[in-house]
Formats: sequence, C-alpha cells, structure tokens
Amino acid sequence: MDSEKLTDKILEIVPEAQQEENKQFLTFLIPPDKLKTLTTHLKEEKELDFDYLFCLTGVDWGTELGVVYHLTSTSLNHSVELKVKTDNRETPEFDTVTDLWMTADFFEREVWDLFGIRFTGHPDLRRILLEEDWVGYPMRKDYTDEVNIVEL
Amino acid sequence: MKEIINLPVQSIEEEEYHINMGPQHPSTHGVLRLVVTLQGEIVKKLQPHCGYIHRGIEKMCEKDTYQQIIHLTDRMDYLSAHINNHAVCLLVEGALEVEVPERVKYIRTILDELNRIASHQLWWSSFGMDLGGLTCFFYGLRDREHILDIFEESFGSRLLHSYYTPGGLMRDVHPNFQKRVKDFLKYNRKKIKDYDRILSGNVIFLERSKGVGVLSKELAINYGVTGPSGRGSGWACDIRKKHPYAMYDKVEFREVLRHEGDTYSRYMVRIDEMRESMNIIEQLIDNIPEGDFSAKMKPIIRLPEGEYYQCVESARGELGIYCISDGNKNPVRMKFRTPSFVNLGVLDKISREMKIADLVAIGASLDLVIPDIDR
Amino acid sequence: MAFNIYDFTSFTQSIDQALYEWLPPFWALLVEMTIIGLVFLLFYAIVGLFLVYAERKVCAFMQNRVGPNRVGPYGVFQTIADFIKLLMKELVYIKNSDKLLFNIAPFIVIIASFMAIAAIPFAKGLHAIDFDIGIMYVIAVTSLGVIGVLLAGWSSNNKYSLIGAMRSGAQIISYELSVGLSLLTIIVLAGTMQFSQVVEMQSTGWFIFKGHIPAFIAFVIFLIASTAETNRGPFDLAEAESELTAGFHTEYSGIKFAFFFLAEYMNMFIVASIAATVFLGGWMPFHIYGWEGFNHVMDFIPPLVWYFGKTAFVIWLMMWFKWTFPRLRIDQLLTLEWKYLLPINLVNILIMAFIVLMGWHF
Repeated sequence: MDSEKLTDKILEIVPEAQQEENKQFLTFLIPPDKLKTLTTHLKEEKELDFDYLFCLTGVDWGTELGVVYHLTSTSLNHSVELKVKTDNRETPEFDTVTDLWMTADFFEREVWDLFGIRFTGHPDLRRILLEEDWVGYPMRKDYTDEVNIVEL
Repeated sequence: MKEIINLPVQSIEEEEYHINMGPQHPSTHGVLRLVVTLQGEIVKKLQPHCGYIHRGIEKMCEKDTYQQIIHLTDRMDYLSAHINNHAVCLLVEGALEVEVPERVKYIRTILDELNRIASHQLWWSSFGMDLGGLTCFFYGLRDREHILDIFEESFGSRLLHSYYTPGGLMRDVHPNFQKRVKDFLKYNRKKIKDYDRILSGNVIFLERSKGVGVLSKELAINYGVTGPSGRGSGWACDIRKKHPYAMYDKVEFREVLRHEGDTYSRYMVRIDEMRESMNIIEQLIDNIPEGDFSAKMKPIIRLPEGEYYQCVESARGELGIYCISDGNKNPVRMKFRTPSFVNLGVLDKISREMKIADLVAIGASLDLVIPDIDR
Repeated sequence: MAFNIYDFTSFTQSIDQALYEWLPPFWALLVEMTIIGLVFLLFYAIVGLFLVYAERKVCAFMQNRVGPNRVGPYGVFQTIADFIKLLMKELVYIKNSDKLLFNIAPFIVIIASFMAIAAIPFAKGLHAIDFDIGIMYVIAVTSLGVIGVLLAGWSSNNKYSLIGAMRSGAQIISYELSVGLSLLTIIVLAGTMQFSQVVEMQSTGWFIFKGHIPAFIAFVIFLIASTAETNRGPFDLAEAESELTAGFHTEYSGIKFAFFFLAEYMNMFIVASIAATVFLGGWMPFHIYGWEGFNHVMDFIPPLVWYFGKTAFVIWLMMWFKWTFPRLRIDQLLTLEWKYLLPINLVNILIMAFIVLMGWHF
C-alpha cells in the first residue's frame, strides 16, 4: 500500500492522529488512548497486515515521555512509525502491544526499566536490565546519580 | 528507602523444581541467567534474567559524539564488531547525505562478510561444544584465527576494531589485504567441508537437532526473530536484500532460507551463509577500486534535527539504530535494536516441553551474544 | 607350546610356597594379600596417570593441538604435577550436604574399580585371583560403581549433581544388560566363565574370529555399552559439562575429585582389558593358522606386551569416540539400549548358541 493510501487509512481509524515530517517513515503522533485501537487495526486488517514490530523505543523529549513504535508488514512491505507521548512524568502509562506482537514483551520491559513507563496489560512487567531494587529510571533526562555517572 | 519490586510469585506444580542456569554456566556463553522450571528433565518454563553486564551504552551515547559512539558499538556484539560500526556510519552518512567513496563501500562489504564468517565460525565451535563434540571448538577457532590475522594486519585489532568512521575508514587497508583474503577463501572452502564431515552429517547430531525447538514462520515474525534464526524458519528477513546498503545491491548472492524451523535448519542456514559470504567476497575482492579511503568529513559531526533509523544485517540478525537528533553534536536518544535481545525472547516459547539437553542446543542455535543482549 | 617361556605360574607359585614355608598359613595369606594390594595400588596409580596423559595427548592429536609439553619430556610428568596439585587443594565443605555419604561416595567408586582388576589375567599365571565365575564377578563388581555415583549426586545438595546422578543411574543400569549379554554370547562359545580358561581357549584363535559374525556383533555391542557404562563421551551424560556443569561431581574438589577422575580412567582400563581378554585373546599372541614361522615370531613377543597392546587399542577406540561424537540425549540413550542393542543382543545369543550347537565355529 502506498503512503497516501496508508495515511488515509490510518486517519480513518484514528482521526486525531497527527502526521509528522520524517524522510524515512510515515510518522503519526497518536493520542495514548487510541493506541490500542490503531495497533489492533494495523495488525488484524488484511490490507494493512503490520505483522512485524521491529523496534520499540522509549524516548524522553525533555518534558514529555513517550514511546516510538516502528512497524512493518512482511507481506506488503510498507512501514509506519507511531508515536505516543505524555506529559505525566510521575506515572506515565500506555497500553501494551504484547498481545499483538510478542516481541514487544522484552521491549516494553526495557522501556519500563529505563524510563519508568508502565504498560497496562503487560503480562510480566519487571525490570529486565537493571537490578530489581534499582531506584529511579536511568534513561530519563532528569535522572541523577552522583556515584555512578561522571559528568564531564 | 529502597523501592523493592517483588518478583511475581511463581507457581510451582508438584514435582517441579527450579534450576539456575547461569550466570556462570558453560552453555550460556557469558553471564546470562536462565531460571528453568523443570519436571524431571523436561523444561516446563524458562525465565531469562539478563543485565549482568548492562553498561548503559544507550545512556553513554547521549553524552558522546558520533565518532565516540562507534567505539561503544563494538562492545555490544563483539563478534560482529565491523557490522555494528557499519550501522552507525551508515546512520551518520545517511543523515548528512554524504556519499562515501566506492573503495570504502567495497572494503566495508568485504570486512563485514569476513566478520560474519568469523562470527559464524565461533558460533559453530561453541555449538559443537554445547552438544558435546569438543573437537569442533578447536576446528572452528583454528579457522577463525586466519580472519583475525587479516584484521590484525590491516588495522591492528583482532576483536574490537572501531575501524569504520563516519564517511569512510580509519586508514587504508594493508597492501597484503587482497592476497591474504584470497588465500583465506581458498583455505576456508576446504575447511567448511570438514565442518560438514565432523558435525553436520553425524547421526547423533542429526538426532539431537532435527525437530528440536521448532519455530514456525508466523511465530518468528511475531517474536521478531531475525537473522539466521529467522531464516531457518523460512522468513526472508535479510536486510542485505530488503534494504541493501554498501555493495549488497551490486553483488549476487542467495538469501539462505530453510523452512523446517528447527535447530538443524538454523544450523544449516549458518553453514550455508558462510559459503554465501565467501561468494560475496569473491565477487568484490578483485575489483576494489583505487581511491580515497574516506570522504571529507567535518571534525565535529552534527546531525540535522530529526530522527533516523538505520538497520544492517549483523551476524545474529537485524541490528537497528534509532536516533533522535536535535542538531547538537550528540544525539538526544540512541536506541540499539540488538538482535540477540529480541531473539532471546523466543527461547522460552520454543524450549518448553523439551529436555535440558535440548534447551542447550536451542540456546546455542539462536546464537545469543550476551553483551548484545545487555548493552 | 612356545608361549610357555613367558609363563609366570612358576614365579608366582614359588613366592606362594616360600611364604607358606616360612610363616603360619594365616600370616602367609596376610602377607600375600598385602603384597598383591600394594602391587595393584602402584599399578593403579601408574595406569591412571598414564591414561590421563594418553587421553590428553590423543585428544590434542584429534584437535590439531600439541597437548601437554612443558613438564618433562613431551609433558609426561604433567599428570603427576596435576595430581600433586589436586592433592594439595582445599577440600570444600558443602553446606547442607549429607556429610557421611558425601565423603564415602568417591571411595565406593574407586573401590569398585579396584576390585575388578583382581580378576583380570595379565599374563599366564599373573592374576590375583582366578575365579571360576570370573566374568560374572567382574560384571557384578563394576556395576557397584554406580552406587557411588548416585550417592555423590544425592549427597551434594546440588540439583545439577542430582540430575547427573539420576541420569547415570538410568544409564548404567540399562547398559549393564548389554554388557552382560554381549559377554554371555562369548560365554556360550567358550563354555566357561573362568578368565584363565577363556584366554587359554583362544590359543587357537581369538574369539572375535572364532565366533564368526555373532562374536563380532557382540564385540561392537560390548564396546558401545561399556563406553556408556564408564560414563564416557558420547555417553557422558552424567557429567555433561555443557548442560550440568560437571554433573555428579560438581561439588567435589581436591583429592575427592581426583578419585572420581582416576576411577573414570581405571574403569576405562578395566572394560578395555575385559574386551581384550574376552574378545581379542587376552595375552595370547596373534596366530594365523598354517603360518608356522609367523606364529613363532609372534610367540616371542611377551604376553604382557600383547595384553597391554590390545588394551591400549581398545582404549584408543574409546578415546576416538569421545573426541569425535557429540553427546546423546538421555531419551536417545535409553532408546539406543532398549530398542536396538538389547534385541540385537538377544537374537545374537540365539545365533551363537545355534552355531555352537551345530559346531560351526573354528
């Protein structure tokens, strides 16, 4: 499916989606509450068939926390990038996509571990890279650790 | 006060017990800990615990310049260091829209493939060792040594090269390079037959690997299992074909695919990939054009504001780098989508209801490199 | 016959008589036993150390390596140095282990292999004790070792050890059958279980040739089964270091580990010498019927050379297996025994009995 059709299709599913400028991928900023609807449609609909989540990234933009999903379809060869953002730095929370793409399991655990973003519905949300008793979320921009991080 | 996140209470059926495979265990090849729930010898459940050598490479990247980041990527998948470096270089070159000289593309492709062969040879060695065939280990390492010698001659390092820089190479290759690579190819063609003789055709090996740890194509896609492990399930996921970079669109090579999805097919994909890699090198080695070994680059690289994604085919699968830049000399966010991290996720799924010995074979066939998981 | 020049009977008997003349019978017996015990202890140590060295050299040869080459000429003293190191190492006490069983286990393993040597004839008249049920005795005694292995695994308070021990138990009990039945095939042919007579009967031809195809099949099965019984690769599931770290002896250190290590090599020596004795004519020289000159030359090679040569050949075969094959899985191991070796063995015995009945053997 070419990008224009794909844009129309996504805007049809989620009219609130904002398209962002990006040279590589078709990028949309999605309201967090619509994430579940959109991803389910992207995965399940035969003409979209986004069956491969090849990257899931947690990002701290300074004021906002968010997650970037890179999706592609192995059969139809089209890709899309989805972003969700939230201002809530205390208890950021998004819906999980583990039920659609199992590969999100480890990715989401990593994002929880390093950014402290919760994923509702994740079957086993624990820290994955850091110790269980680690305090704080090191990949956040406002994370400080006088002992382990040497500022130059 | 420390915030303690409790482990979920693991339900244990009667007659089940846990063993901890790792962090120090001969078959995890590093510090990976697998908490295996067993019933007798049968694996009922498996929980990977990683992070024992988490160095926070992604966090360090946020403070580093792009040239420095290259040195960090070596330390992720140390067995395919060139390919990791290549990914960063391609990302920077793509963002700056720099055209690298032809010579660089040729040399990078050859080195990538040599690195892939070396990585697969080490994998083959340890795979044989995990199955109890200790002789394989010495055969594989003996042949890998030749590649490392070639590397050493050209840029002085054997494992962590950091040879690629944005825009080109650190310096030109050694004048002997072409001859030595050709000698190696001739040598290795003979030795790969040895691999088949000692392991691939062995009855015990076939019994141990066929039908063990079957991963269907749908599952492989859903779990994102890329690289030889994914291609062993019949999923054409080779980045070199899908999104060609360097010289891969100019050379002819076959994307090795097998459809059984078991340990044996993952094994055979890697063995055949070594042959394909040698084919690629053979097509390029005689035609390396003369020219500069690097494009003109500014000493301080600032990527234009925006976000970039670059993927390459490392020896273990798709290595993706997602980078957000705000126009400064260091990135806002650098995410490495490392293949081993993703491939580890499927281990629990395909090793259930198998024996401990099978778990070792499956783990070895996924070719996990622990620093690549932990970053 | 010519090989009588190497008869040790008069030598051993003269010692025996002299002792009984000098001392009362009880003390004579005691002194005799002590001498034999000391001789075997020394022999045991030398063979064990030599086998460890040989294994390392053979394995190095198979793997394009040099092997030990630093301590002494060609590294011959390497194993002795290693042994001294093991002697001096700390014995680690394992928390919550069953201390008594944990300490007994290595001795059981080593005593079992020690007992088996007693019945093996090294040359004519050179054996500690010549049972009339020698083969049965050896089968019985070698299988005692598994008790030690099971105890070691059980008492170590380590799950890897336990799994290794359970595997080993299942494995040895299964393969015992094949070892016994393949030896039984030869007993049918020989009509005796006495080792000296079994060897004596092979003066006209080794049993592996005498017994036609069934004897050869029995030999192959014995090789496979005895490799499995000694817990060696490709059947080293009990130790399987890539799966179970070191299996049943994971928690052992120092001299206790050395006992397990030595016992493994001694067991290998014992099964190899049984194979040599029962199938390859023991200390009997190689004869070809009708070639008188050749046979005489062969007779002048001392029986000890024949005996150790044959044993070394079988040991070398077992090392070859170990360093070329990957390891089996536990269910495949049991399948091999119960579905293949055992039925083949049973049929083999019938064929052998039929051949003996019809008098078709040489």
